[in-house]
Amino acid sequence: MLRGPIWFAAGFAVMLSAGWLVFPRALYQKSSQPIQFSHRTHAEKAGMKCEDCHSLRADGAFTGIPQVDKCAGCHAAPVGSTADEKLLVDRYVTPNREIPWKVYARQPDNAWFPHAYHVKLAKLACEQCHGGHGKTDSLRAYESNRVSGYSRDFWGASLQPATARTGLKMSQCEHCHDEKGVVTGCIDCHK
Amino acid sequence: MAIGRKKSRYGMVIDLDRCTGCGDCMVACAAENNVPPAVAQATPRTGITWLRVYRVNNGAAFPGNRTAFIPMLCQQCGNHTPCATVCPQNAVESDAATGIVDQMPQRCLGCRYCMAACPYHARYFNWWDPVWPAGMEKALNPEVSPRMRGVVEKCNFCHGRYHEAKLKAAAAGREEIDPADYVPACVAACPTKAITFGDLADDGSEVKRRSAEPESFRLLAKLETDSKVYYRTSREWVRTLAEGPLVQIEKGARRG
Repeated sequence: MLRGPIWFAAGFAVMLSAGWLVFPRALYQKSSQPIQFSHRTHAEKAGMKCEDCHSLRADGAFTGIPQVDKCAGCHAAPVGSTADEKLLVDRYVTPNREIPWKVYARQPDNAWFPHAYHVKLAKLACEQCHGGHGKTDSLRAYESNRVSGYSRDFWGASLQPATARTGLKMSQCEHCHDEKGVVTGCIDCHK
Repeated sequence: MAIGRKKSRYGMVIDLDRCTGCGDCMVACAAENNVPPAVAQATPRTGITWLRVYRVNNGAAFPGNRTAFIPMLCQQCGNHTPCATVCPQNAVESDAATGIVDQMPQRCLGCRYCMAACPYHARYFNWWDPVWPAGMEKALNPEVSPRMRGVVEKCNFCHGRYHEAKLKAAAAGREEIDPADYVPACVAACPTKAITFGDLADDGSEVKRRSAEPESFRLLAKLETDSKVYYRTSREWVRTLAEGPLVQIEKGARRG
């Protein structure tokens, strides 16, 4: 007599765990960065600032992650003795090959995000969006969505609660724009 | 910051007496906006030409026979923008700050209601996924997102170039763009300088001055779409033909 409800409960539990536990994990593919990188070491030991590597060009374009010649400025020969340091010099700096970084903050092709507007006109500090990214010791595994191919989240972001790892949504852009009273149409952020 | 921002009404005046029909603007437009070469089976109706130069003829016998060219593009209607009002997806918007009618192809569901609504036939549907011949993908413009099969697209006054002008202004700490930095590809490409582009809301602008001249007119003005693309000609037959039903331009001759 109880068999019906038991089967129902069992099926319910299976489907619920599949939906809540298995699927969210299966949706993302983890991969590691080509080499490890410590923002903290660069900031504290080398005394560097964000804009020493991530800067705005004169035409307003954001340089993003620097190219390997920037690394070569200090790392022509290994600095320190870690395995990643040796890898950096041998595999990338000496043959002058670009490091294939996986960019957590990469946005879909139709989104247009001007750093120049946010940094120069709105005068936002880097930390306001990128959170504590600049103080981290290592790069976290990159998780890409198997369907869209985009990063699971834009790591280090303080735009959203640390637990919400859902990727950057348009509503988050809009939320901040609303708070600051910035009026935008579609054309302002989409290309 | 952008709260009190200046309201612009970007528009253009196309001088039909200067247009030689060379088609440079069409090529520049396709290259700028990542429109791929048409597939073999495409027709004038199914191919994609954000900007298209029509040839029209006065139909007179030999010594009096005359030809003119009419470049046709999205007219950026400001009043009850027909495509925007019918879109069930909110994929079309008449931008309040620039007056540009902006298309969001990623939102488009492909119903083509906007194409039916557009009085100027200036909207195009992607019947095929875009394919670029090998090597040509290197010439793609990173400032413009390519579109996929099943969505509608149209001229947006080269908003990639608008973005670049905005970036340049922001880098210099300015909120307003320098008009010299924002020039659509067709305007820049025209060898006879037939197209004047600028802000119609700016009384001092060249485009405002030319649009107000008696020789300037708008297509299908009786529809009161408040379009922002003006044409001008001193040839009476060209004006009569252009101001009439659109089919006259598309078929290249005066009807009846």
